Amino acid sequence: MWKTILRRVLLMIPQIIILSLFVFILAKMMPGDPFTGLINPQTSASQIAQIRQEAGLNDPWPVQYFRWVGNALHGNFGLSYQFHKPVIDLISERAVNTLYLAVFSVILTYLISIPLGIWAGRYQGSLIDNSIQFYNFVSISVPSFVWYLLAIALFGFVWHIFPTSGSVSVQASGFIGVTLSRLYHIILPGVLIALMSTAGNIQYLRSGIIDNQLEDYVRTARSKGVPERVVFNKHILRNSLLPIAAFFGNVITGLLGGSVFAETIFSYPGMGKLFIDSVQARDYSVMTALIVMYGFLTLLGNLLSDIIMSIVDPRIRID
Amino acid sequence: MAEKEKKQKLDSEGNPIISEPPTGLKVIIREFTHDRTAMISFSIMVFIILAAVLGSFFINPERYTTINIMTQWAKPGTDGLILGGDDSGRDVFAELIVGMRNSIGIGWAVAALIEIIGIVVGLTSGYFGGIVDNILMRITDFFMILPALMIQIVVITIVPKFSIWVLILMITALGWMSTARLYRSQVLSQVNRDYILASKTSGTSNFKIMFFELLPNISSLLLVDITLTFATSVGVETGLTFLGYGLPDNTPSIGRLISFAQDPVTITSYPWSWLPATLLLLILSLSVNYTGRALRRAADARQRLG
Repeated sequence: MWKTILRRVLLMIPQIIILSLFVFILAKMMPGDPFTGLINPQTSASQIAQIRQEAGLNDPWPVQYFRWVGNALHGNFGLSYQFHKPVIDLISERAVNTLYLAVFSVILTYLISIPLGIWAGRYQGSLIDNSIQFYNFVSISVPSFVWYLLAIALFGFVWHIFPTSGSVSVQASGFIGVTLSRLYHIILPGVLIALMSTAGNIQYLRSGIIDNQLEDYVRTARSKGVPERVVFNKHILRNSLLPIAAFFGNVITGLLGGSVFAETIFSYPGMGKLFIDSVQARDYSVMTALIVMYGFLTLLGNLLSDIIMSIVDPRIRID
Repeated sequence: MAEKEKKQKLDSEGNPIISEPPTGLKVIIREFTHDRTAMISFSIMVFIILAAVLGSFFINPERYTTINIMTQWAKPGTDGLILGGDDSGRDVFAELIVGMRNSIGIGWAVAALIEIIGIVVGLTSGYFGGIVDNILMRITDFFMILPALMIQIVVITIVPKFSIWVLILMITALGWMSTARLYRSQVLSQVNRDYILASKTSGTSNFKIMFFELLPNISSLLLVDITLTFATSVGVETGLTFLGYGLPDNTPSIGRLISFAQDPVTITSYPWSWLPATLLLLILSLSVNYTGRALRRAADARQRLG
C-alpha cells in the first residue's frame, strides 16, 4: 500500500520538474519581469537596470531558474503589476471564491450523477436509460460556455431570477446574510457546472452496473437465494462505485481548472476570472503563477485518484 | 431495402456464400439507415458545412467589413439585413456564414493535424513497445497535465505575429493526446496477431508493417476520431475566440458573434447579434457528435444496430 503511494509520488517528481521548466521558459518569453509591479512612470531607466541587476535578472538562465523555483517553493511569485500586491495574496483571496464554487458543484455533481448512473444501469434500454444517455450525450457534445451563456441570458438578464455578477452582494450583512448571498450567487453557475460534469460518472457507473450484473459472484448470490434488493445494493452497486470513487481526484481538479469560462461569463471573482483579467492587463507574474498552480493541482488530482484507487481496489497495488 | 434485395439475388443465383460479411461503406450506410436520428444529424451537418462553404463565396466581403452607422443594431429584416446589424452596422447574417466557414476550416485543419500526430505517435508507441512506448507515453502524460486553455491564451498573447496558423498549431499542440492514446490501444490489440508476426518473420521493414499493414486494419478509427476531434476543435476555437483570444477582431467568427452576449443591454435588446451564432454552434456540435457516435457504432461490430 505505502509502497504504491511512494512509488507514485516519486513518479510525480520528473513531471513537476518538466512543468516548472516549461512554465519558466514561457515566463521568460513574456515581456516584463516579476518587478514590473514596482515600476511606475517616475522610475528612471537606470533605476530599472539597477533593480534588475540586484534581482539577478542578468544572471545566466540556469541560475535564474533555480532561484525562481526556490522562490516559488516559498510561495513568492513576485508582485502583481495590476493590483500592486504579492501575487500569492491575490491568488489566495480569489482561490477561496473558486473553492466555494467548486465544493458546491462537486457535491451537486455526485448528487445528480450517482442516482442517474444507477437508474441508467439498472433499467438498461428503458426510456429512463435512453433519456439519461441523451442528456449525457448533450453535456459532452456542446461546449459548456454555450449553456452558461444561454442560462445567464434567460435566468439572469431576461427573468432576473439570479444575480449576473459577483460572489457576494454589497448589501449583505451579518454571517447569515453574507452566507445566503454567497449561496445565491453560486447557485446558477454551480448548478450548470455540475450539470456539465456528470457525464463521466454516469457512464462509469452505468457500464459498471451492466458488467457486474453478469459476474459469477452475482449469479452465486442469486442462486443462494439472496433477495434481489440485497444483491443489487451489496454486490453489484458496491463494486460499480469503485471507479467513481477513484475518479474523485480528477473531478476536483477538473472543476478547479474548468472554471475559466464559468467565472468569466458569470463575472464570478475566482481564479479563472483572475487569470482572464491578468491576461487582459498583461499581468505576467499572475499568469505564470496561475499556470504553475493549475498544473500542480492536476498532478495532485491524478495522485489522489491513484491513491484512492489503490485503497479501494487491492488488485492494482504494486508490492 | 436495397440491401435486402441484393442479398436475395445472391441466394437465388445459387451463390455458395450464404451471408457476405458487410464491409466498409456498406456498414456505415446500413448503420445510418437503421438510425433515423443519425441520418438527420448527418444531413444537418452536411447542410451547415455546405451552406457555410458555398454560401461564403456569394457574400460580398464588404458586408462584413464595412462599418455603417446607419445599420448599427439594425433590426432583422430591415435594410436588407436578414439577421440585422451588429455594433458597427455589419451584416450579422454575412458574418454568421463566413464565421462558420472560418470555424469549420480551422476545425478540419486541427482535426487533420491531430490525426497525423495521433497516428504517428500511437503507431510508434504501440508497435515498438518497451522503452519507446514508455518515453512517448510519459510525454503524452505530461501534455495531459498542462492547463490547455490557459497556455493557449498565454501563447496567443505573447506571440508577436499572431495568425490563424498559430491558432491552429496551438489547438493541435494541446489536443492530440487522447487521439494518440486511442491509436496506441488499437495497435496493441493488433500487434501480436499472426499477420504482423508473419510479416516480421519474412523480413518486411518496420515502416511498411506499420503504415501499410497495421494502419489499414485500424483505419475504421480514423473516420470516427476525425469527426469527433473536429467537433471538439470547433468548440475550442469558438471558446477561445469568445474569450477574445482566438481569431483576430476583424475576422468574422462565430466566437466573436457569441461574445456580443457580454452585457445586459445587448443580451436583452439585440438578441439577433448573438443568439443565432450560439444556436448554430449548439446545433453543429450536436449533429457532428451524433454522426461521430453513429460512425463509432458502425466501426464496432458489437454495437451495430443493423
